[in-house]
Amino acid sequence: MAATDTSAAAAAHALADARTRAVDFMARRHHFGVAEALPWLLAIAAFFLFPDRMAFGSQVLLMVLFALSLDLILGFAGIVSLGHAAFFGLGAYTAALLTLRGGWEEQISGLFAAAAVAAVAGAATGWLLLRYRGLTLLVLTLSTAIMLQELGNVLRDLTGGYDGLPGLIFKPLLGAFDYDLFGHVAYLYALAVLFVLFMVVRMIVYSPFGQTLAGIRENVARMHAIGSPVHLRLVAVYTIAAAIAGVAGALFTQTNQYVTLGVFDFDNSAGVMVMLILGGTGRLYGAFVGAVIYMVLQDYISKLKLTVWGLAVDGPQYWQFGVGLLLVLTVLFARRGLLGLIEDAGRLVMRERRP
Amino acid sequence: MTAALEICELNKNFGALPVARDIRLELPKGARHALIGPNGAGKTTLVNLITGVLRPSRGSILLDGHDITALPQAARTRRGIARTFQINQLFRGLTVLENVYLAVAERMGAAHRLWRPAGAEREVIDQALAQLESLRLADDALRLVRELPYGRQRLVEIAIALAQHPRVLLLDEPAAGVPSSESHLILDVIAGLDSDIAVLIIEHDMDVVFRFASRITVLVAGAVLTEGTPHEIRADARVRAVYLGEEFPHE
Repeated sequence: MAATDTSAAAAAHALADARTRAVDFMARRHHFGVAEALPWLLAIAAFFLFPDRMAFGSQVLLMVLFALSLDLILGFAGIVSLGHAAFFGLGAYTAALLTLRGGWEEQISGLFAAAAVAAVAGAATGWLLLRYRGLTLLVLTLSTAIMLQELGNVLRDLTGGYDGLPGLIFKPLLGAFDYDLFGHVAYLYALAVLFVLFMVVRMIVYSPFGQTLAGIRENVARMHAIGSPVHLRLVAVYTIAAAIAGVAGALFTQTNQYVTLGVFDFDNSAGVMVMLILGGTGRLYGAFVGAVIYMVLQDYISKLKLTVWGLAVDGPQYWQFGVGLLLVLTVLFARRGLLGLIEDAGRLVMRERRP
Repeated sequence: MTAALEICELNKNFGALPVARDIRLELPKGARHALIGPNGAGKTTLVNLITGVLRPSRGSILLDGHDITALPQAARTRRGIARTFQINQLFRGLTVLENVYLAVAERMGAAHRLWRPAGAEREVIDQALAQLESLRLADDALRLVRELPYGRQRLVEIAIALAQHPRVLLLDEPAAGVPSSESHLILDVIAGLDSDIAVLIIEHDMDVVFRFASRITVLVAGAVLTEGTPHEIRADARVRAVYLGEEFPHE
């Protein structure tokens, strides 16, 4: 009798233990790790280390933001899009046309306007397109971006066509900080916007809503079976991602003070996807790693002067070879991206240390 | 009393091929009903028709007396229909707890929230854990589903469906693919199901069927061949003929 009591007590204890561990796991999932401070500290360090490269730095940061918005739909919800530049472009042109045709020169409200326009477009196209998956969706999203680009071309008088709209005028940020020649203000502005939206995306992916996105990515049939309004959820996350891509586009226009229809290019949609795959999808900071590597490599290789078999290999066209090679290596040997590779390496080191 | 689930003259054609023909079926509250029939008889198709994966060509489906024939899958689920799948349909890259969490969150209307962490939804977590504990899955709560042995995965399959708090539960070969040494775990769970739930079970193992079900429907080529108590079905010569060559326990 006593023996049964003890074993029953042990079982109850084990159960309580399992419960505590499970509750802890769920409660701790979204907590900030120390490592999460690293990219932000590096971004701030870069500001002091490369003071004359900040114009370039601001472009890297807004591409991180663009890649992050793609991660939300591709990495977390499993929506494969080759037309994400549509929203980047809409945001970029919203910011440009507001100041040029509307005389609205304030920038932060310009970001909100860009987000709103891109969100409306995201909701509308998402509602139509997210009934499809895979290759069909790929082609439909691609077509959306191309159609918007062509629309911009037809409305040349408004958009400036492929010549673009140069020399846009904006009010100083917060009424005090005007863009400087070195891009210091642009860099800090982009970093601040990225940080705020990064935290928003982070909150979303760790929310119950974010959990259902993982469910849709993992098994859409089961999500239907447990009563999830799958289409609605997909449209919702697509809209949010579109809004964030729109903000990235608006940042592009504001920090460069010009915009061309090139923002809608297939290169832009494909490039951001390559960045994300390089960095690692579905892990938030993959956008960081991927965009930085892609942009820095592009910058570095473009300036490289090499001679191969007596042929001069220098010129911006060769950078694509470098990025292409890296992409192939990533897909072959680091399916979860460079960040996944780093995680694996870290886990290996931990295991070595703990016998 | 209204039946929990009532199917009237249900028809479904895939092109020219009829896969469901004038199917009638009635599950009172708390029913233990088995659906048997040879491969390709349309058993899983019937489950897909009841849950709304497929739309019938003709006929109607009533849940607690309400016509749900026109409702989409998610709406039927919210009204109390849950199912398991013949082949596991799990969130393989997520933990066992997260798998059940999703079902609980959808049922409680917490799944659309995006302004607070999933880990802060204590009520959802508690209910998901309670569900796992009742199926003795609590120890595996934090393991990824794909790392579990197949038998345990089949239990998760049932845990998700039960976490929906269904009034009608459709079990599509719940023990399929599970080694016989582990199948008792699943059969125990089925035997211990809440007596308020109306259960329709598709099963090939006749021992399980005769032990579990109080009524049996035999489906052949998309149509109901016969329906009766286990005793009647066992004695039915036509059923024996259908199962000729297959294992069919005599007495």
